[in-house]
Amino acid sequence: MTVLFGQLFTGVSIGAVLLLIALGLALTFGQMNVINMAHGEFIMAGAYTTYVLQQTITGAGVSLLVALPVAFLVAGTMGVLLEALLIRRLYARPLDTLLVTWGVSLMLQQLARDVFGSPNVQTRAPELLTGNIGLPGGLTVANNRLFILALALAAVAALTLALRLTPLGRRIRAVVQNRDLAAVSGIATSRVDRTTFFVGSGLAGVAGVALTLLGPIGPTMGTNLIIDAFLVVVVGGIGQLKGSVIVAFALGVLQATGEYLTTLSVAKVMVFVAIVAFLQWRPQGLFTLRTRSLA
Amino acid sequence: MSGPDGLAIRDLRVSFDGFTAVDGVSLDVPPGDIRFLIGPNGAGKTTLVDAVTGLVRATGSVRFGEHELLGRAVHRISRLGVGRTFQTSTVFEELTVLQNLDIAAGARRSWATLVRRRHGVPDEVAAALDTIGLAGHVDQLAGTLAHGQKQWLEIGMLLVQDARLLLLDEPVAGMSHEERDATGTLLEKVSRDRTVVVIEHDMDFLRRFARTVTVLHAGKVLSEGTVAQVQADPRVQEVYLGHPVDAAGTAPAGTEA
Amino acid sequence: MTAVVGPPTVTTVGPVPAGGPPPGRRRRALRLRAAAGFACGAALLFAVAPLVLSDFRLSLLAKYLCLAMVAVGVGIAWGRGGMLTLGQGVFFGLGGYAMAMHLKLADAGPGAMPDFMQLYGQLDELPVWWRPFASPWFALPATVLLPMAVAFGLGSLVFRRRVRGAYFAILSQALAAAMVILLVGQQGTTGGTNGLTDIQGFFGYDLDDPVNQRMVYFVIAACLLGLLVLARQLIQSRYGELLVAVRDGEERVRFLGYDPASVKLVAYVVAAGMAGLAGALFVPAVGIISPALIGIVPSIEFVIGVAVGGRATLLGPVLGAVAVAWARTALSERFPGTWTYLQGLLFVLVVAFLPGGLASLVALARRRGDDGPPGRFTLWRKRSRTETVA
Repeated sequence: MTVLFGQLFTGVSIGAVLLLIALGLALTFGQMNVINMAHGEFIMAGAYTTYVLQQTITGAGVSLLVALPVAFLVAGTMGVLLEALLIRRLYARPLDTLLVTWGVSLMLQQLARDVFGSPNVQTRAPELLTGNIGLPGGLTVANNRLFILALALAAVAALTLALRLTPLGRRIRAVVQNRDLAAVSGIATSRVDRTTFFVGSGLAGVAGVALTLLGPIGPTMGTNLIIDAFLVVVVGGIGQLKGSVIVAFALGVLQATGEYLTTLSVAKVMVFVAIVAFLQWRPQGLFTLRTRSLA
Repeated sequence: MSGPDGLAIRDLRVSFDGFTAVDGVSLDVPPGDIRFLIGPNGAGKTTLVDAVTGLVRATGSVRFGEHELLGRAVHRISRLGVGRTFQTSTVFEELTVLQNLDIAAGARRSWATLVRRRHGVPDEVAAALDTIGLAGHVDQLAGTLAHGQKQWLEIGMLLVQDARLLLLDEPVAGMSHEERDATGTLLEKVSRDRTVVVIEHDMDFLRRFARTVTVLHAGKVLSEGTVAQVQADPRVQEVYLGHPVDAAGTAPAGTEA
Repeated sequence: MTAVVGPPTVTTVGPVPAGGPPPGRRRRALRLRAAAGFACGAALLFAVAPLVLSDFRLSLLAKYLCLAMVAVGVGIAWGRGGMLTLGQGVFFGLGGYAMAMHLKLADAGPGAMPDFMQLYGQLDELPVWWRPFASPWFALPATVLLPMAVAFGLGSLVFRRRVRGAYFAILSQALAAAMVILLVGQQGTTGGTNGLTDIQGFFGYDLDDPVNQRMVYFVIAACLLGLLVLARQLIQSRYGELLVAVRDGEERVRFLGYDPASVKLVAYVVAAGMAGLAGALFVPAVGIISPALIGIVPSIEFVIGVAVGGRATLLGPVLGAVAVAWARTALSERFPGTWTYLQGLLFVLVVAFLPGGLASLVALARRRGDDGPPGRFTLWRKRSRTETVA
C-alpha cells in the first residue's frame, strides 16, 4: 500500500511537471500550429531567473515567490520576441518553424553556457519545501513535489478561468476554433497570437522555477523535457486543455509504474510504445476540435 | 470496357456531433445520366459526396453497380471507379500536366512499374489530353495553368483514372462563359460511357447541361426530375429560388431568380 | 520513343523535374551531363581526395561521407516525401551497433565476451541477443535490414493512421530519445554512455593501419555513390513523382485510388536503410558508436545538412552534410562556443529565408545564364506559398 501510494504520487508529480511545461505548448501549438522547440530554453530561462534572484535576494522562500512572476515575464518576453522576429514569418510552414526554433534553442543554450558557465548550478530550496508531510497510514509526500502539483493545478485553473471568462480568453478560443472566421469577425488575430505566445512562454518560465526545486539548473535542461511535453500535447489533442491535463498525469503514472516494475530506460520505451498504440486508436489525440475541412 | 453503372443511394445519413447533415437521402442516378445536385448552402450536397467517396462515415447504403461503397476506405472506393473533384482545385501544382495525369492513371500499377521511369505518354493519358484540350500543355507545371484549365485537368485525371462515376463539386465556379460552355460540352462528351453527378449553383449552366436534377434541402431530398419539372415545383421555388441570395449570388444576371 | 528526362545531377531543385518528351538531343545532353557529373564525383572521391588529403583528413572525410549517406535518405523522406524525420539517428545507431557488435565479437575471438562486458563483470556469458552477431552473415545484412524493419513497423502504424506533419516529427524524435535512454540504461550489454569503443579490426584487417583506413574510405565512397544512383532512380521514377504528389496532396492521392501510407512507407524505409548502412560504415571509419552519436541532437543535425544543401535535390543533401560537418570540425576545434552560435544561426537563416537551400542559389544563378525553360522550378515547394525566397 505504501509502495503503491509512493509510486502513484511520484507519477502524479512527474505528471505535474509535464503538465506545467505542456500547458504553454498546448496553447501555442493549439492556436498557431507551431512547434516551438525553444520552449525548453524558456524553461531554462525561468530556472536561471530563480538562480539569479536567489543571488540578490537572500531568503530562499522570498526569492522563489518573487521568481514566479519574474520568470513568467522573462520567458514571456522571450516568447514574444521569438514570435515577432521569426515565427510570424513562418506562419504557413509549421515543420520549418520547428527547425528554426531549434536553431534558436541551440543559440540560447550556448548563451546560457557563456553567461552562467557549462556546469550545472543549484538553488537552495526554501526550508518549508524541503521536508515531507506525513499522512495517516505511514504515507509521506515530499513538500516540494506537493508544491509543484499545487502550482500546476493552479496554473490549469487560472488558464481555464482566463480562457472562459476574460474577453482575451474568448478571443483566443475563437482563433483556435476558426482562425479565418475570427479574423473576419474583427479579432486582431496577430495580436491574439502574440498574447498567446506571451502566456504560453511565460508558463514555461514558471515551470522552470518549479524545476529548480527538483534538481540542478543547466544549459540543456530543457531539451529532454520538451519532447515528453510535446508528446503530452500530441496525445492530449490540440485545441483543448483537458486532454493535456489527463495525458500528463497518465503518462506520469505510466512512467513511474513502469520504472518501478522494470527500469527507467525500459519504462521510457514502454511509454513510447503506449503512445504509438494510443495513436492507433485516436490519431488526432484524446480530444479534438471537429472541423469540416478536408483533412 | 463494360458500360456505365448507376448510383443507388438508400436512406443515407451523416451526422457530426449531433448535427445531421444528410438526413435519410435516397436517390438513383441511372447510368449515363448527368445529374445536378442543387440546394441552398448547408443542404448537404458536399457531405453527400463526401459520404459516397468514403471521406465521412455514414449509415444507409450507397451502391455503385454491384458494389456497396459504405464502409470502404477512400482509396478502395476510388478503385471501384468512383472519382471526384473538390470545390477548390487540387491538382498537384508542382508536377506537370503529364505527371498529374500519369499519376491519376496509375493506381493499379505494380511496384515494378512504379520504380521505373515513365517512357512516353501512355495511351489513356494521350486520349484524356485530347478530351480536355490540354494537349499543348503537357510539360507545363499544373500550378501555372489558368483556373479553368486546372478544373479540366481535374476532370482529365478522373478520366484516366477510369472513373465510371464522376462526382464534381462546383466544377464551373469562377469560370468565364466560354470556359463554362467548354466544360458543359466536356461533360456531355464524357457522360457517354460514364455517370456524372455535378454539384452546382449556376442556374444557367444547370439549365443547359443537366439531364436530371435533385434538389436537397436541410439534408433531405426536396424534389427530383428534369430541369423543367424541378423548376415548376412550388416547394423548390419556396426554399431555393425564393432565396435570391442563393441563386442570384452565383447565377449570372438574367436568370429568373 | 521518348523518355522523361530527369534533372541534371547538380541542379535538381524543388519540384520533380519537368517530365514529358523533350527533344531527343536535349535528353541525351542531360543524360550525358548526369553521367559526367557522376564520373567527376567518382574521380574526386577516388583519385583526388586520397592524393590531396592526409591520412587524418581522409579519415575525417570518410566520416563525413557516412553522414552524407544519411542525408541522401533524409532528402528522399523529407525533401521529396515531406516526412520530417527527426529520428534518423535511431537507424544510424541500429546499423552502427549491429556492425560494432560483430566487430567487438570478432576482436574478442570465438567464444569470448567483448572486453567491456568482462570489465563490468555483470555477465557470466554472452547475452542471447548478442550471439547471432558473431556471424558476419547475420550481422552485415542486419545493419541495413534491422533499421528498415523498425522503420517499417513504426511507419506502417503511424502512416496508416494518418499521423503526419508535426505529429510525426515529434514521434520520430521521441523514438530517438527512447533509444538513447534504452542504450544508456542497459550498460552491461550495450556499453552504456560509452557505447562500443576501441574497435580494432575490420574483417581481419587492422584498423590502426593507415592502408586499411584508406580501404575503409574507398568502401564508404563507393557505397555513397551507389546510394546516389539508387536515389536518382527513385526520384526520377514514377514512384518519385507519386511521392511528391503525396507530399503536396496526400488526400488527393487517396482519391486517385492510391494508399498514401504505402507510398510514404517505402520512402521512410529506404531512408532508414540508408541511415543503417551509413551507421555500419561509420564504425570502422571512426572506431566507435555511442548514444551521443545517435540521440536527439545528432538526429536533428542530420536534417541541418540537408536543409543547408537543399532538401528536395539529389546532391544538395550530400554536399550540405559534408559542408556542415567540415565546418563543425574546422570551427569547433578553434572556437567551440562560436560554432554552436553559428550552427543555430545557420539553421535559422537557411530554413527561414532560403528553404530551397544553397541548391536554390545555384539554380538561380544557372537560370540567369541558362536557357532553362521558365516556370520549370520554384524555389519553394508548397503551393500555398507564392512568396519565393532570395
